[in-house]
Amino acid sequence: MHYYNEEDLSRFGDIAKYKPELFEKFMAWYGACQEEGELTKREKALIGLAVAVTVQCPYCIDAFTSSCLENGSNMEQMTESIHLASAIRGGASLIHGIQSHNAHDKVSM
Amino acid sequence: MQAGVQIERKGARTFPRSPISFQEKLGPVELRSLAIETLQVNVGKLCNQACKHCHVDASPTRTEIMPREVVDACLQALHEFNIPTLDITGGAPELIPDFRYFVTEARAIRANVIVRHNLTVMHEEGQEELPQFFAENRVEVVSSLPYFNAAKTDSQRGTGVFDKSIEALRRLNDVGFGLENGLTLNLVYNPVGAFLPPDQASIEGDFKRELMARYGISFNSLFTITNMPIARFLDWLRRSGNETHYMSKLVNAFNPATVDGLMCRNLISVDWTGRLSDCDFNQMLDMPLADGLPQTIFDFKLERLSERRIVTADHCFGCTAGAGSSCGGAVAG
Repeated sequence: MHYYNEEDLSRFGDIAKYKPELFEKFMAWYGACQEEGELTKREKALIGLAVAVTVQCPYCIDAFTSSCLENGSNMEQMTESIHLASAIRGGASLIHGIQSHNAHDKVSM
Repeated sequence: MQAGVQIERKGARTFPRSPISFQEKLGPVELRSLAIETLQVNVGKLCNQACKHCHVDASPTRTEIMPREVVDACLQALHEFNIPTLDITGGAPELIPDFRYFVTEARAIRANVIVRHNLTVMHEEGQEELPQFFAENRVEVVSSLPYFNAAKTDSQRGTGVFDKSIEALRRLNDVGFGLENGLTLNLVYNPVGAFLPPDQASIEGDFKRELMARYGISFNSLFTITNMPIARFLDWLRRSGNETHYMSKLVNAFNPATVDGLMCRNLISVDWTGRLSDCDFNQMLDMPLADGLPQTIFDFKLERLSERRIVTADHCFGCTAGAGSSCGGAVAG
């Protein structure tokens, strides 16, 4: 028994059960965001993968890995996007070290 | 059927397990052929490669090879019914003894000739002059190259295939294939795994840029083809636990806009024994034409085969997913 089931990805629509109108709005927004626009579908899929890894959603990681491949990205490009997201996440932690330095400096002679 | 021609089928006949039948998804539409513009001839299963996704289950150990009398019957049908295009596939068609005879005779009756050439066969003994032969006969060469790097290509087609393919492409460029206003060299992309191909124009741009930058190679067009869930690829889908997911993907991506452009509507397929099918995939699944129609190249009658009802099964989802898939690539924008 585990909390995440691969099959649940295909059951995403079931979340509409109690609030269909909200899910409908979400899906319209979600779908529109991934359409070709000022950014290509391929660029958007790479952003989606980077975000999916960052928010650590296994469903999103599966979905956007497929989406990247089906939009013509290769593993080198996908891994670069994952590194960038991870580095930003690391940087976001590291910058908070300044808070620590500031706190130290405030109480230190 | 001519005496001495052996009718024997050894191909895998396993169908994919689909969550819904193709006919149910298609609805009340009855799929019918239009004019037969292409005679697609699978001359046999012998190949110098054994690719993981091959729907023919072709390999160096296969012995099915089209005999001369079937070749002659194909030429007769091309000539008698003015079929514009002969599309020769295999296996590696160059390995059958009558390959060059077939091509030169077809050109003599002014058929356009497409050869589905795997590139590496050019390195086999006795095949070194293939580029010159193709050029002299103004053959349209269509060659698979699943990706512009060795890792992906070799993973699907065998160790060392990428390097040999690049060398073969250089030789084809050297005799004028793939250049502007030259002879036609088209490449085929198919996914290295259980996913759909990307947008054809987009990935063609990548291939053109990367093959030129890395290897100085040019080509005319890139065709994207979806992996067909039959034969060796279906075996792999099952072994890897991907069949359910892949079939759902194909079904969910069913695109009605692909139906008008399906290749089965404009071609008829001939196997190495002369038997007819609606496409090369049906041929491998041992699916003959609909009942009541001529069943071999020896009793080919154009008027009875045009506008025939096309026989379908659940593997047909492979041709209708996304932008669609055919021997000429995507069929819908």
